[in-house]
Amino acid sequence: MMREVQMDLISAERLETMSSMEKIRLILNKVKRGNIVVLELGLTPEEEVKLIEMTMTEIRLDEFSGIEIESYPVKSESTFLNKILGKSGVKTRMTVIGPANQLRTVEKDKYQISTKVSVGD
Amino acid sequence: MSVIKSLRMNFAVWIKWIFGKKRARIGIYGPPNAGKTTLANRIVKDWSGMDIGGISNVPHETRRAMRTDGVVINSNGSSVELDIVDTPGMATKIDFREFMAYGLEEEEAKRRAKEATEGVIEAIKWLEDLDGILLVMDSTEDPYTQVNVTVVGNMEARKLPLLIVANKMDLPKASPSRIKAAFPQHPLVPISALEGSNIDELYSAIARHFG
Repeated sequence: MMREVQMDLISAERLETMSSMEKIRLILNKVKRGNIVVLELGLTPEEEVKLIEMTMTEIRLDEFSGIEIESYPVKSESTFLNKILGKSGVKTRMTVIGPANQLRTVEKDKYQISTKVSVGD
Repeated sequence: MSVIKSLRMNFAVWIKWIFGKKRARIGIYGPPNAGKTTLANRIVKDWSGMDIGGISNVPHETRRAMRTDGVVINSNGSSVELDIVDTPGMATKIDFREFMAYGLEEEEAKRRAKEATEGVIEAIKWLEDLDGILLVMDSTEDPYTQVNVTVVGNMEARKLPLLIVANKMDLPKASPSRIKAAFPQHPLVPISALEGSNIDELYSAIARHFG
C-alpha cells in the first residue's frame, strides 16, 4: 500500500498572528507526526535557534531523532529608524522543516532548496 | 528580541567603543567535525602552552563547552585578551545509529547521543554570553548548512562580530571561495587548524576584529 506524506504550507498571515513559542510548538507537533512543514515566511534567527533547542529536548532514541530544517540566509533591511533603535530589521524567508529521518536536503544555494522526502516502510 | 534587551546590547557596544575594551569572550561554533576543538587547541597552545580538549573523527566528540580564560593574542602591534569557549557541535538532529557506524556499541552510542543533545543546548545557551564568534566551517563541505545559516543569522541579529574560519585547507577538495560566495558580508580566513597553515593570518584577523 502506498504511504502518503502530509505537507502543511503555512501562510505568512497565519504566522504573523502567532507568538514565537506558538510557532515552534506548531512546527514540532506537526513534524513529530511525520508531516512536512513549509513556512511562507520563515522564522527569525532567534526563533530558529529556539526551535533547535526545543528539538534537542524532545529527541527520543527510537522515536524522534530531530528535524531537518532548511531556510535561506536572512535579509537585513537597514533603515534609519532601525539603526537608532538598534533593531535588526531582519526579513525572514521561506523555510521547510520535516522529520530528520524522512526529509533530506539534496541541494541548496542562495535561490533554491531541493529536498527529497522518503515515505519509509 | 525585546527593545530593552536590544538597547542594553547597544549600550554595551558603545561602552566598549568609548573605553576601548580589549578583552572579549569568544565562542568557537560550527557543525560537528568542522575542526572546532582542533582550532581551540591550536590557539590556546600557541598562546598559553596548554591543550583544552580531545579530538576524534567521531561526531560530537566535544559534548560540553570548554572555556579557557585570559589567552592573550599579539599580532601586528595589536593585542587582545580572549576568554575562549569551545562549544559542542551544533546540529538539528542526533541519531544514535550514526555513532554505531563509527564502531561504537549500542549503549555507548545511545549515551553519546543523549550527551550530544545536551551539548547542543549548552552551545545555544552560550550565544547569550559572548562578545563574538569564530564560526568554523569545513572547506570541503557545502557551506549552506542550516547550522551555518542559523549561527550567522543570530550574530547579525545580535550585531556581534563574526569571523568565518574556512578550515581543512590541507584537504584537496577545500574550496573557501564557496564559503565566501555564501556569506560575502563577513570576513573569512582560510586555514588548516591541523597543520597550522595561515594561522598567523587568523591571529591577525582575531586581533583586528575582537580587539
